[in-house]
Amino acid sequence: MKGVAVTGMGIISSIGRNLDDTLFSLQNAKDGISKPEILITRHKNTPVGEIKMTNSDLSEILNLPPDNNYTRAALLAVFAINELLRKSNFIHFPEDTALISGTSIGGMDKTEEHYFDFQEKKEVRKYIQAQHPGFTTENVAAYFGLGGKVTTLSTACSSSANAIMMGARLIASGKLKRVIVGGSDCLTRFTLNGFHSLKILSQTKNRPFDDDRDGLNLGEAAGYLLLEADDCLNGKKIMGRICGYGNANDAYHQTASSENGEGAYRVIMAALKKADLSPSDISYVNAHGTGTNNNDLSESVALTRIFGDNVPPFSSTKGFTGHTLGAAGAIEAIFSLLSLQNDEIYPNLNFQNHMLETGLKPVQVLRKQKVDTVLSNSFGFGGNCTSLIFRKND
Amino acid sequence: MTRLFVNGMASISPQPENIFNTGLPETFNENILPALDQDYKSIIKPMTLRRMSQGVKMALFCSKRALLEAESDKPDAILVGTGQGCMQDTEKFMENMLVSEEGLLSPTSFIQSTHNTVAGQIALDLNCNGPNMTFTQNSVSFESALLDAMLQITDEDFNNILVGGVDETSKEITGFQKLDGQIKEEKINNLHLFRSKTTGTIISEAAAFFILGKHKTPKSYAEMLDVEIFNAIDISDLNSSVLSFLNRNGLTVSEIDAVILGKNGDLRFDLYYDKIQKGLFSDICQIGFKHLVGENNAVSSYAFWLASKILKEQTVPEIFKLNTINCTKPGFILIYNQYLGRNHGLTLLRSI
Amino acid sequence: MSDLHTELKRSIIEQLNLEDMEVNEIENDEQLFGDGLGLDSIDALELIVLLEKDYGIKLTDPNQGKQIFNSINTMADYIEKNRTR
Repeated sequence: MKGVAVTGMGIISSIGRNLDDTLFSLQNAKDGISKPEILITRHKNTPVGEIKMTNSDLSEILNLPPDNNYTRAALLAVFAINELLRKSNFIHFPEDTALISGTSIGGMDKTEEHYFDFQEKKEVRKYIQAQHPGFTTENVAAYFGLGGKVTTLSTACSSSANAIMMGARLIASGKLKRVIVGGSDCLTRFTLNGFHSLKILSQTKNRPFDDDRDGLNLGEAAGYLLLEADDCLNGKKIMGRICGYGNANDAYHQTASSENGEGAYRVIMAALKKADLSPSDISYVNAHGTGTNNNDLSESVALTRIFGDNVPPFSSTKGFTGHTLGAAGAIEAIFSLLSLQNDEIYPNLNFQNHMLETGLKPVQVLRKQKVDTVLSNSFGFGGNCTSLIFRKND
Repeated sequence: MTRLFVNGMASISPQPENIFNTGLPETFNENILPALDQDYKSIIKPMTLRRMSQGVKMALFCSKRALLEAESDKPDAILVGTGQGCMQDTEKFMENMLVSEEGLLSPTSFIQSTHNTVAGQIALDLNCNGPNMTFTQNSVSFESALLDAMLQITDEDFNNILVGGVDETSKEITGFQKLDGQIKEEKINNLHLFRSKTTGTIISEAAAFFILGKHKTPKSYAEMLDVEIFNAIDISDLNSSVLSFLNRNGLTVSEIDAVILGKNGDLRFDLYYDKIQKGLFSDICQIGFKHLVGENNAVSSYAFWLASKILKEQTVPEIFKLNTINCTKPGFILIYNQYLGRNHGLTLLRSI
Repeated sequence: MSDLHTELKRSIIEQLNLEDMEVNEIENDEQLFGDGLGLDSIDALELIVLLEKDYGIKLTDPNQGKQIFNSINTMADYIEKNRTR
């Protein structure tokens, strides 16, 4: 397929508060992994990819009244979409613009903050609905005056990749002219303790695909793309096209990926088929690569099943940002588009030794090379696997 | 355009499915309505069942029954709408974490707290590798899944898609909804819901799942024609939104045989329904369902079940009727639902 | 059967929601995972928490669990040797 045009992007993560800063960090191997300072937690020494801005900092920048009821995920999302809007030709988004957002936990930050206060304190009850991820998306829609198609996908760590896929389908089917797609997730004690209980949090910087990898770092981020139908492009700059996508379920285990990477294998094949590409056409793979034993092995096996001895240059960018859960698919889509635009591959940080099972080595330093097509993987709890393929516009 | 037929379905709610035939409702004098218990063990293995929350159980049970009815082993995709998701496990993990001050925690409830637990568990049980989506957008969660079904059946050339809506209640978090004014202060009998002149509604747990196929079968209930979602509509724009939806399907108001409305007895937001009841659809058979099954974020899936049932049986049971206008030969049914004045959904079905 | 064996069975039934099971239905040498009782890896994580909470034993490597959680007998042996409470 020719693919759906991406005409705008906006991002905030621990490696940058806009596209330029993000690109600078990626090019200069500057990670955003640190000790938690904004998130109040007992796990003070567990590294995270935290955005060093408080909710009031963010509210102020966004000109929200001090008594607003925005969750942190909503604040990050608005921040990122603001960049997207600022760099577009629009003053306001046209009325028919849709919004499809992915999030894993939505406003859980507010639920955990006020869980025992709702009964006594009337003033915090404005956050009661925050447990529902759609509430976060609604606030984002309200900020930009989007009254039409607005929905939320929550499929754990592949949420925003699935939002991008659905947006692309809506445009390709002719049902929509313009849609903002992406996702947002913030750090919470809920997720930090959850992953801690699963014993898959690393106490050092995460090392995707390394033989000695010992877990992931959690991160927070928001990333959004603007997708537009070809008949309303009017000569706009096109950052790339989404030309392939696929989603499948591993149907193997509630949290773990199968040993033969079945789900990953299926979605990469599906995305290639949709894009009408063969494996050898892929210039670069932006891997899911969380740094856990299970994911990285399963993903590596899937890659070798598809690409054989010719696995394309690949890297996981989670060494930069940590695992930003529902937002990961969207920010990695943006990294993939930056890779296309700049003809370069961003490194897989903290890698030393290849894993014995597959011998695969990711790209370890910034590599300048022609990039025509990028495959981006996102896998999540519940066996949810999604792959997206981006290609240059020309 | 690929067509979509309702080829199998099942529902669990505070009402038995046979209310459609008997007209005998369960009544409740509390404002949080439990779903009727089912013989879950009859079709779910005990080792699988033991960790399942109410929502997962209801969803899997309905999925299996809908598949059975459609004579299908496995769907090509699983699309679930759930507003609040797995609240019971969320609540359990949250409380353990807060009370222990981030102490030693067992992971099961965390694993099962994610919104896509339901869809993931159905896939595991059915060993279904197909696409697996979970939509969570308040009262249009189910409609979002329907929208995706329309897209995927064409784009992926699928035959059968499992689509459903499910929401469970939990002790604390559902309790918070009362503090938030979503649940009525005073206890009422559910059958008197529409007589109520106060704010808030009655909240429930329920699930309804469907096999939507591209081919009509002898068992097909109805055809789903279209669905649309709106994040916000000014009450003054409601008519034009409804009309343009009908218009794009080549229909006028007079061609609609019955309208199913998500009226829930909340003084503040029933205004939307009142407006089209007294206006656009004043001469058309009007149907309600929340006085029987209560309100929850995925309850429009019950309306979809009801519409399919009406279109197949060609009758509108009295217990669901909001006005006295007869509907002798239901052809087209429109469903309109919203919650708290936001997340409006329109769904159109027709008889086959 | 020692008290520890019975105590373990009771906690396992409770912790892992094996509602329909009675203490005397679990044999001391029955495999807990796989073909025996049929526990899975989520249960394994629960058992790790159980060891730490009830007996003060911290497993650092989840792979250790495989031998320890083989049966009630192996669990009890390990607990006897390593318990701190």
